[in-house]
Amino acid sequence: MNLEQLSLTEISKKISNHEVSSVEVTENLIRHIEKTEPALHSFITVTADLALDAARKFDEMNIKGESFLLGGVPIAIKDLLCTKNIKTTCASRMLENFVPPYTATAVEKIEQAGGIIIGKTNMDEFAMGSSTETSYFGKTRNPWDLDCVPGGSSGGSASSVAAHQAYAALGSDTGGSIRQPAAFCGIVGLKPTYGMVSRFGLIAFASSLDQVGPMTKTVEDAALLMNVLSGYDSKDSTSAQVPISDFVMPLKKNLKGMKIGVPKEFFIDGMDLEVKASIEKAITQLEQLGCTMIPVSLPHTKYSLSVYYIIAPAEASSNLGRYDGVRYGLRTPGDNLNQMYEKTRSSGFGAEVKRRIMLGTYTLSSGYYDAYYLKAMKVRRLIKSEFDQVFQKVDCLVTPTTPTPAFRFGEKTQNPLSMYLADIFTISINIAGVPAISIPCGFSKNKPIGLQLIGKPFEESTILQVAYQYEQSTLSNQLKPNLKKIEEFSKNEL
Amino acid sequence: MNYEPVIGLEVHVELKTNTKLFCGCSTVFGIEANTQVCPVCLGLPGTLPVINAKAIEFAAKVGLALNCTVATHSKMDRKNYFYPDLPKAYQISQYDQPLNMNGYLEISSSSGTKRIKIVRIHLEEDAGKLVHAGGKAGRLDASEYSLVDYNRGGVPLVEIVSAPDLNSGEEAYEYLTSLKNILLYIGVSDCNMEEGSLRCDANVSVHPKGSSVLGTKVEVKNMNSFKFCKQAIEYEIKRQIARLENHEAILQESRLWDITENKTRVMRSKEEAHDYRYFPEPDLVPIILSSEWIDGIKESLPELPSEKQKRFIQSYQLSEYDAKVLVNDQSIAAWYELAVQAYPTNAKGIANWMMGDLAAQLNENKTDIFKLKIEPQHLAELVELIDQNVISSKQAKDIFLEMFQTGQFPKMIVKSKNLIQINDPLIIEQAISKIINEYSQIVQQYKSGKQSVFGFLVGKTIQATDGKANPKMVNEMLKKNLDV
Repeated sequence: MNLEQLSLTEISKKISNHEVSSVEVTENLIRHIEKTEPALHSFITVTADLALDAARKFDEMNIKGESFLLGGVPIAIKDLLCTKNIKTTCASRMLENFVPPYTATAVEKIEQAGGIIIGKTNMDEFAMGSSTETSYFGKTRNPWDLDCVPGGSSGGSASSVAAHQAYAALGSDTGGSIRQPAAFCGIVGLKPTYGMVSRFGLIAFASSLDQVGPMTKTVEDAALLMNVLSGYDSKDSTSAQVPISDFVMPLKKNLKGMKIGVPKEFFIDGMDLEVKASIEKAITQLEQLGCTMIPVSLPHTKYSLSVYYIIAPAEASSNLGRYDGVRYGLRTPGDNLNQMYEKTRSSGFGAEVKRRIMLGTYTLSSGYYDAYYLKAMKVRRLIKSEFDQVFQKVDCLVTPTTPTPAFRFGEKTQNPLSMYLADIFTISINIAGVPAISIPCGFSKNKPIGLQLIGKPFEESTILQVAYQYEQSTLSNQLKPNLKKIEEFSKNEL
Repeated sequence: MNYEPVIGLEVHVELKTNTKLFCGCSTVFGIEANTQVCPVCLGLPGTLPVINAKAIEFAAKVGLALNCTVATHSKMDRKNYFYPDLPKAYQISQYDQPLNMNGYLEISSSSGTKRIKIVRIHLEEDAGKLVHAGGKAGRLDASEYSLVDYNRGGVPLVEIVSAPDLNSGEEAYEYLTSLKNILLYIGVSDCNMEEGSLRCDANVSVHPKGSSVLGTKVEVKNMNSFKFCKQAIEYEIKRQIARLENHEAILQESRLWDITENKTRVMRSKEEAHDYRYFPEPDLVPIILSSEWIDGIKESLPELPSEKQKRFIQSYQLSEYDAKVLVNDQSIAAWYELAVQAYPTNAKGIANWMMGDLAAQLNENKTDIFKLKIEPQHLAELVELIDQNVISSKQAKDIFLEMFQTGQFPKMIVKSKNLIQINDPLIIEQAISKIINEYSQIVQQYKSGKQSVFGFLVGKTIQATDGKANPKMVNEMLKKNLDV
C-alpha cells in the first residue's frame, strides 16, 4: 500500500518506530498532492517547504526518542485557522494577503504534538456555505465524483483527507461545516461540544456556534486528534474547564446495553431513498452490536434552520465589521471614509457573505431585535432543553448527516434556500451546542453517505465509541475514491 | 415665562488598571503611538477578548462608592458602528444589564444638600484616538488624511449616567467636582481631563417651571474641563430659552462646545444618529459576582469625602466650610489628621494654618502636600508654640516661611534665631516708657483724641524688643499707660 493511504494512527506509529522518516512521508505526500491537486483544488496554500523544514526538525527530535501523539505526520488546516507567518485567507478576497502574527490554539496544539502543517485548505468564503463554491479562490472537487461538490464549508479539508492529500485535517463547524463535507467525501468528521476546543485564532463566523474539530480517515484518528485538541484555553473565555480525558482507549469497549435514540424529525419525506436505506441498515447493524434503539422526538428541531439563519448572520454581521480597509486586508480607496468602507466591503466580500451581513444587520436593527434575535435565542434555549430531556433517556442519537449525497456544481447556487436545506440535519446540533460525528455508512450512486451520531455535552467518548464499533463491523469505509481517475483529470487540467 | 433647566450628565472615566480590559497591553498614557497594542486590542481576525478581573473590581468600587446596587449577574454586549478608531467595528460595552444601578451622589447647592440619582454605571472599552492631518485641522471630514493611535483602544472605562436631576451649570460643576473627588479617593482613576481619563457629555433641556413634561433634550459634547462644562451648559440653557421665547422648536441633536467661539454648534442631528445593533457579546461569559465578593469590595472602600467631612466637623469642631475644603483633597485631609494627631488640642488652629499660609504656598508650588519639606508635626508644633505664648502670631508667620523652605522644626528656628516671645511685664514696661518718652508728640496727639496713632506706638514698642514682645500684653499695658 502506498504511504499516503495509511491512516493517521498507522503512519504516526511507523514514524515513531523509525520504519519511515517524517521527511519521507512528507515528500511522498507532496508528490501525491502535485499529482491530484490540479483536479481537486483542496488547498488554497500548500506549505511544502515549511512542511519539509518541520519534518526535518521532527526527525532530529525523533532520534532522541521523545514521544509525540502526532509524530511527524502532515495535517491540513482549514484556511480560517490563523497560522503565524502563513497566509490565512478565509477564502475571501478581503484577506487574500493576510498573514497573521499568531497561531490559533488548535493549530499550536497540533504542532506541539509533532504534527506537520502541509497546507491551508479551501472553504466557503468565511465558512458561509455548504459546497465550497463561494470560495474566492475557486471550487474544490469531490474526490468521489469530480462533477460534484465536496460539501462545505470545510470542503477542502474533506477532499484532502478523502483523496489522501493529508492524513487528517482540521475543519470548523458552525451549522454542519465539518460533518456535511465529511459525509459527502466519505470520511469521519467530528464537531465537538461547544467549548471543548479553543476558538482562539479561529476567524469567527458565528461565535456562539463555531467549533473546531477533526476530519479524519478513521474514527480512531478522530479520537487521537481529540486527545490533542481538547482542553481549556485561557485565551478563550468560552472554552470549558472539563477534565482532560483519553478518547482512544474507550473506543474498544463493546456496545452492549447502549441506548440510542432515533429522532423521528430526522427522517423526512423527500429524503434520498438510498440514504434512508443506508441509515436503516446502519441502525440494524448497531442493534446487532448490542445497542437498543429507542424512538424519540425533538419537536422544536424543525425551527433550527430558522433560528440558525437569525443568530448566525447576526453574529457574522458584527464579526465581519472589522474588515473595513483601515488596518489590514483589502483596501479599495474612496474619496472619503464612508466611500472607502463601501468600496472595500463591496469588492472584498462575495455575494453569500454580503447576503448574510445584510440579514444579520437587519435582524439586529432597533425595532426588529425583539422579534428576531431575542425570539431566536428563546427558541434556541427550547431546542437545547429538548436535547437535554432526550438525553435523560438515551446515551446518544443516530440520524442521517444529510438528506442527500453530494450534489453537482451549480445545482444549488441559484437558490440559497435549497443550499441552506443541505444542513437541515446538522444545524440543530450547533444550536444545542452538543457534539456530533459523521461517519461513512454506504453509497448512493457511488457517492458516500454519512451517518450522524449525536452525543451528550462533553461526552464525545460515547459517540466515538459507537462510531468506532460500527466502523469496525462494516466494510463501508474500505472503499476509496478512484485516485487514478483523479490523477488523469489532473493531467488534463495541466 | 419662567423656565427650568433640566440636566443629566454622562461621565466616562478611564480605570487605572495596569492592563487593558480584554488583553495584557499596558494602559500607560503618553507613549509612542501604536506601541501598546496586540492582536487582541487591534481586533485582528480570530482573536478573542478575556476580561480583566481588576477592571470589574474597580467598576464595582465605583458603583459602591456611589451607592449603587452591584448586579450579581450582568453581561457584556456589543455596540456596533463603523469608525476607524474602533478596530472591531464594535465596542464591547454593557447594554441592558449594567454592573451598577440605582445609586446617588450628594452635592451641596445653593439650596442645601441635594441628592442626584445615578441611573447606571457600566463597564466598557475605550476606543483609539484619531489625529486629523492637513486641510481643516481637527475635523475628519475636512482633513487630508487621518492617523489612528490604538494605544488607548481597549483601556477600561466606566460610564456614569446621572438622572436628569441637575438644574444649573453650577450644580453640574458641583456634581463633577464631588464625583471626581470620590473617584480619586477610591483610587480607581487619575480623573485627568487633559489626558482624557475623565470625559463628560451633558443632556440639556429646558421646560416651563412647574411643568411635568420635559423639553426636547440636546446632547452637548467636547467639554474638556469642568469649567467648560459649566459654561457650555449655561450657554445651552440660554440658547434654548431664547429659541422657545422666539417660538422656535428645540431640535433633538448633538452639539459640540466650541472653545474658541464660546458657544455650542451642531455636530449631528437625530436623523444621523447611529443604530448600534446591540446584542450580547458571544465571546464572553456573563459576569457572575457573589454577594460575599461584593460585600468584601464594599468593606475595602476607604472613608469617602462626605463621611470624612462629617467626621471632621464632629471630631475637630470644624465649620462645614473648613471641613469641606480640607477633605476636598485626600492628601491634604490625611496630612491634616497627622498634624492633629501630633497636637490634638487645637485642631481648629491647625486647620486655619492649612487653609491660610500653607494653602497659599501649596498653590504657588503646585505640588503634592506630602512632597513638601514641611511635615505635619512641624505645623502642629508651631500652633502649640503660639498657644503656649512662646511666640506671637506675627512671629509665627515668619517662622512658618522658614519651616516651609528648610523643613526644620519650629522650636529649632525659634532657638537658633532667639525668637522666644517676651512675656515679662517688667521688660515690656521698660520698652513702653522708652517709646512714650521718644514719641511724646505722638502721645500728645493720642491723648487729644487721635486714636489712630495707637497702632503706631504698639509697633514701635514691639520693635524696641526686637519684635519679641507679646503683642497682646503690649496692647493692654500701653493702653493702661496712656489712658491714665
